Amino acid sequence: MFDPTNDAHRTQLRWPWESPRRGASTVRAFGDFDSAYGGWEIDGEPYTRKNGTEFDWFRSRMVGGRTNHWGRISLRFGPRDFKRKDIDGLGSNWPIGYEDVAPYYDKVDKLIGIFGTKENFPNEPNGYFLPPPKPRLHELYYIDAARKAKIPAIPSRLSILTKKINNERGVCFYCRQCSRGCMVHADFSAGTCLIFPTQKAGKSIKIFTNAMVREVITNDEGKATGVSYINKQDRKEYSIRAKIVVLAASACSTARILLNSKSSRFSNGLGNGSGLIGKYLHDSTGASRSAIVPAMFNRKTYNEDGVGGMHVYTPWWLDNKKLDFPRGYHLEVWGGMGMPSYGFGFNVSDLNEQFGGTVGGYGTKLREDVKKYYGAVMGISGRGESVPQLDNYCEIDPELVDEYGIPVLRFHYKWTDYERAQAKHMHNTFEQIFEAMGAQPLGEKPGKDQDYGLLAPGRIIHEVGTTRMGDDPTKSVVNRYQQLHEVDNLFVVDGGPFVSQADKNPTWTILALAWRTSDYIIDQLNKQNI
Amino acid sequence: MDRRESLKSLLVGSVAGGLVINGCTPAEKQEEVIVKKPVGYGRTAKEKLHDERLRMEQLFAEGELETIAILCDIILPATADFGSATEAGVPEFIEFMAKDIPRHQVPLKGGLMWLDSQSNERFNLDFRSCSPEQQLMVIDEIAYPDKAPDHLKHGVVFFSLMRNLTLTGYYTTEMGIKELGYVGNQPNVWDGVPQEVLDEHNLSYDPEWISRCVDQSKRMDIAQWDEEGNLIT
Repeated sequence: MFDPTNDAHRTQLRWPWESPRRGASTVRAFGDFDSAYGGWEIDGEPYTRKNGTEFDWFRSRMVGGRTNHWGRISLRFGPRDFKRKDIDGLGSNWPIGYEDVAPYYDKVDKLIGIFGTKENFPNEPNGYFLPPPKPRLHELYYIDAARKAKIPAIPSRLSILTKKINNERGVCFYCRQCSRGCMVHADFSAGTCLIFPTQKAGKSIKIFTNAMVREVITNDEGKATGVSYINKQDRKEYSIRAKIVVLAASACSTARILLNSKSSRFSNGLGNGSGLIGKYLHDSTGASRSAIVPAMFNRKTYNEDGVGGMHVYTPWWLDNKKLDFPRGYHLEVWGGMGMPSYGFGFNVSDLNEQFGGTVGGYGTKLREDVKKYYGAVMGISGRGESVPQLDNYCEIDPELVDEYGIPVLRFHYKWTDYERAQAKHMHNTFEQIFEAMGAQPLGEKPGKDQDYGLLAPGRIIHEVGTTRMGDDPTKSVVNRYQQLHEVDNLFVVDGGPFVSQADKNPTWTILALAWRTSDYIIDQLNKQNI
Repeated sequence: MDRRESLKSLLVGSVAGGLVINGCTPAEKQEEVIVKKPVGYGRTAKEKLHDERLRMEQLFAEGELETIAILCDIILPATADFGSATEAGVPEFIEFMAKDIPRHQVPLKGGLMWLDSQSNERFNLDFRSCSPEQQLMVIDEIAYPDKAPDHLKHGVVFFSLMRNLTLTGYYTTEMGIKELGYVGNQPNVWDGVPQEVLDEHNLSYDPEWISRCVDQSKRMDIAQWDEEGNLIT
């Protein structure tokens, strides 16, 4: 069971030379030290794509799943994020609003810990924040430039402990390596913050690892009675009986399990009377640009690792009514004097073409080139909201199974012009900020032929929407408590129930909604309703 | 688990790993971890096997490795303060990477052959048998992409790949990182950009912004908030 305190699993505080590939991403998608056991491609677990469309599906096969390596950016949805249809007429509203989720966001803030600042922005709600770290040098340049360009810049909001929140978890020691898993549990992952503390408190939980769930089993009354799974080690099938089944397999895996749970009563997949399981799949949009800041050439070096991510960010600041795309995006900032890994120094002297000096060459001048440009590159990434589409979906591939004999997913996904126009706007914003900074953008600005640099769906790993929430059972899969309309003892607590994924990272909302569902399950059990 | 506790358990749990905890500064309640002799680096069983398999293979012949070593040290010769690329183990790294990323194999193996044919043509010798002066005469023609004639572009591409792999191989070693001046990857209490750096860049922290940032003297006090979400500890 993956535990970053276990030295056999630990990658935190390792040096690049400990990896024979110096951290290259040949084996793990985000590099050798990243703590995701998995990636967009996993041996023996294929998926397919329909009609030449694109979707890349990231999976982590480990306790705690993708929470082990994520960016820890923890943004609450605001009131507007639950009611987008009211604002732009597109897609659907959530059946619930910010006021329903707010008490649970509060609980999550206090249980897990998040740093940030109260800004009183209407759609970026305040929370119970720990204090943020001070900005790094490139972030100071960013703040100045953003202000010049009339774009807000505020302290970021990350679930990293800059201050103690209890006696069990440690405090951040500023190594910038959250993606490697933290040995003092100073950042959020499901293992270190939820599962291990529950075990330690002597609560009765049983964990079955290496278990690939194939389907949810139901009885003649249509109630869920448990799950069947393949033990990956002995490759045999087992089942577990349960009074209540809660799926948190990630949006697409949950859809796959439900669609594969066919019976005479549920010939179309379990709880799929609406036909909407797998539909409305949507990911955040993403585009990035990097630039070089001549003011930071030949930097004096010092330790500026900081926390595992940005100390500063920009929430969405414009009014879409005045723009040619309906939904917003936030900006993430990166850069600084990081630890070198595979790829460091590649083509370094090419920069001399713009900034003086010889291109190419060999010898001691290369050492000077490397030091001149070290820490002078920074970048901005936009992460935006897409408009969910019925025609973007995952379904069961009619022919292919994985190595455990389970039918695999087939994806069909196309971005619309809304997302393309948004990505185009992102790139204009990047250049606006770089210009105000006196920074020189690197590479070419992507044009229409490249969808304005819009990354393929699935690349931001915020995919949600496959078991959407609603009050009308013909137009949704789960109700406002994430309970299947058709199976009252079956719940979904991953990103599946999202009606629309805001320009916020989904984790904090998944956690808040899961807590809300847990309270509802207890309430319903007490009332003997399920 | 609290950091102090987990670091202790790391120490106890990995004597072979050679972890040493230095004395802590009570005021800051922080410790230092020094990883001396790493044993593995958090690999799964499958990954270990994969790496072992790659290590067992031998891709480059002895002569090829000799040429690679000569090129590495042309690219990064030793200086008064720091060693050469071969002293940092770069040829071994290139051997590994070419197996790890197989698309490097043909450009590297073929590039080495191209280099030999060039030096054979000019000096009737393999590249590695040429004198250092002769070797540099060949390299000078392919080391500068802007100046190289079109008919030597194949050599330019090869030498650029060698330069990239050599730089990345060198600056990811202990020696290279020391030269670069990267001083992170260790527990510390980050408290902002040093004042002299701010001065040098004509930057300063906005007092309003900084007033809301972490007060590191209180980082070990358990967080408590009032009902409005204001931190009171």
